[in-house]
Amino acid sequence: MSHPRYRKAAALALAAGLGFSLAACSTKSSDDSGTDASGKVTITVDCQPVGAQKELLANWNADVAEFEKQNPDISIKSVSVGEQCNNPPDFTARLAGGTMTDVFYGYMTDLQQVLDSGQAADITAAVSKDTIPTWDSVDPALKEVFTDGGKLYAIPVKNYSMGLVYNKALFKKAGLDAENPPKTWAEVRTAAKKIAGLGGGVAGFSEYSAGNTGGWHFTAEIYSQGGKVLSEDGKKAAFNDAAGKQVLQNLKDMRYGDNSMGSRQLLQWGDLLTNAGAGKVGMFIGAPDATQAIVSQFQGKYSDWAMGPMPGQDGPAKGTLGGGEGYFFKKGLSEAQIKAGLKWIAYQKLTPGKGQLDYVRAKPQNYPVGLPQPLLFANGTEAQKQELELRKANANVDTANFKVFEDNPVPIVGEPRNAQAIYAVLDSAMSGVLTNPNANIDSLLKTAEEKVNQLQAAGS
Amino acid sequence: MAIMTAPSATTPIRPAPPTVSRRGRKLRDNLTGHAFLLGAVFCFALFMWFPMIRGIVMSFQRTRRGETTWVGWDNYTRIIADPSFWTAWKNTFLFTALALVVGYVLPFFVAILLNELRHAKGYLRILVYLPVMLPPASALFLFKYYAYDPSEAGLFNAILKALHLPTSEWMQSPTMTIPAMVIASTWMNLGSAVLIYLASLQNIPGELYEAAELDGAGVWRRIWNVTIPQTRLILALLAMLQIVATMQLFIEPLILANGAGTQDSATSVAYLIYQHGFFQNDLNGAAALGVIMLIVLAAFSAVYVRLTTKQD
Repeated sequence: MSHPRYRKAAALALAAGLGFSLAACSTKSSDDSGTDASGKVTITVDCQPVGAQKELLANWNADVAEFEKQNPDISIKSVSVGEQCNNPPDFTARLAGGTMTDVFYGYMTDLQQVLDSGQAADITAAVSKDTIPTWDSVDPALKEVFTDGGKLYAIPVKNYSMGLVYNKALFKKAGLDAENPPKTWAEVRTAAKKIAGLGGGVAGFSEYSAGNTGGWHFTAEIYSQGGKVLSEDGKKAAFNDAAGKQVLQNLKDMRYGDNSMGSRQLLQWGDLLTNAGAGKVGMFIGAPDATQAIVSQFQGKYSDWAMGPMPGQDGPAKGTLGGGEGYFFKKGLSEAQIKAGLKWIAYQKLTPGKGQLDYVRAKPQNYPVGLPQPLLFANGTEAQKQELELRKANANVDTANFKVFEDNPVPIVGEPRNAQAIYAVLDSAMSGVLTNPNANIDSLLKTAEEKVNQLQAAGS
Repeated sequence: MAIMTAPSATTPIRPAPPTVSRRGRKLRDNLTGHAFLLGAVFCFALFMWFPMIRGIVMSFQRTRRGETTWVGWDNYTRIIADPSFWTAWKNTFLFTALALVVGYVLPFFVAILLNELRHAKGYLRILVYLPVMLPPASALFLFKYYAYDPSEAGLFNAILKALHLPTSEWMQSPTMTIPAMVIASTWMNLGSAVLIYLASLQNIPGELYEAAELDGAGVWRRIWNVTIPQTRLILALLAMLQIVATMQLFIEPLILANGAGTQDSATSVAYLIYQHGFFQNDLNGAAALGVIMLIVLAAFSAVYVRLTTKQD
């Protein structure tokens, strides 16, 4: 072939190849009935652990194999989407791009967003004891979170509530009673001062103020004051009141009055836990699984960490933030696919002794058993009893470290509607009091209130 | 034998070959080029023009419960009414202006200095270019955790303390946020601009400087009367690129300030687009803001084209 001809052919091949490969990308891999060539019902499921989480990944794969053995007519295709499972921007991007798996993970705060995208299937009619044997034991409050207009859109698979996470080692070092954590904000302040007095860059109390986590904690703390973030009808901001001011005043007093919160602020999730893992944080507000992150990701030790209830202003807290996650079903799935998905969720997430609740398997692994969560089943139900017994029998963390938290339950309040957007706005109020000694709390709350009112008006 | 006759007045003059066939021949001659171009055009259409048009369409729509409706200018009015809108533009313009003053002038003088050097030129060029080779995220994390640590252990604060100067809160201070972002950004990008200036400086004929020197021109006079006029086009191009790049300020607030920074002091327009799109579940609002940004950048580009065309 002559040189110019060769070039011409190469160019055409390049153009054609590009076109074909792009066309191939847009081709659906399965037909609409969701069955493969062998007649198996096929579903794709996300949040398969990433390769670095070797034991978790091995557990997941073993669960898939066992489930498929028990259900020879179902084929599970696992998808690992990395950060999507705990990163709101990634989740939104996938939702907007329409690339969610058939059965997809979401936060409890994601319901409205998923409904707005028009991608969630109504699974009300499909969910029952037949598809999820423990369904009647699942806490009704959690089912309610994923219900809109009387229709159920997701299955809750994890739930948490917030309390005071504290470093026992630092407590002891500072001469504090490590078995008796602070129960009021005044006690938190006193303890924080003593811990910060140890020096070496230790923060007595640490707090978030960036990446939406500041607003998340503001919400938890205003609930502890008995306050609210939104009005009953969800249309207006309701945090610009005495409770909201008290939240910011507590933090400002600790940050600049006592100098007990360290110098580095604008912290987001990983920043605070990095400091905690390094033994530089005395206390912070968190859920029980924060200790898990400190150990598995930030080189901390379980034995150092314990939890008390959410502090109240002058006595027990009036409320604490609760949240969690669940699995949605993509619109357009066949009835058989929805049924298969529910069976898988039931097996992997909601059966004591199986999947995420297989504590016998988790005990020897670097995965905590004995933390007071997930709070999936309602008090007194058969599933709750089974799960609790298994958890206690196989605990590999000292359950005594969470006893004060469990013995002093605080009423759980759910996250506000449009939570992530509101949290982003409230970050600013939190960063204001934590970085500016002259911050005007009234003005910070007023600005945040205006922004949230505007958000809610635009979203309605 | 055919008799050749001159065409009579009534004989229609043979028309010129149709343009189409000439065009066709041209097309045929350039088939290879066009075939290669096709791939590029296809990629541009798919990954650049289509998303851009889609974004413009989205900015006039609203999606709720899977239903997309046409809402006219509603997204625009809503976005403009957002109190963060003006803060973001103010921050972006301030960053752009400061980045132009520092990040535009400094590399020019560094390039002149490097150009004047007689020894270790290549070595110093590599040193200046080195930060460009560092991934931006890594460079910014270095600044965030090492240089801008607000305690006295932070690199910059340690230097300030050693010089008996007051230390700074850096990214935690609303007044220092933008200057701190400019410093980090300049450090990361200086090398590229220096290399472009250097290439341009080396094209200036030496006789011009010799003539200027004979006329008694000092260093500043030579820069003003020879260097700047001779590098005029590159200066204009880099100014334009600098404006377009700095106005899309995003990674600096995202990493250095964990997003919005202290009381929105780091919120840029690009970050606000990200915030609306991915945190507020408001892709339509994000699209409207993107269109506004596109118009502003297009206006700057038009001014550049106008200026350079006139000068030529």
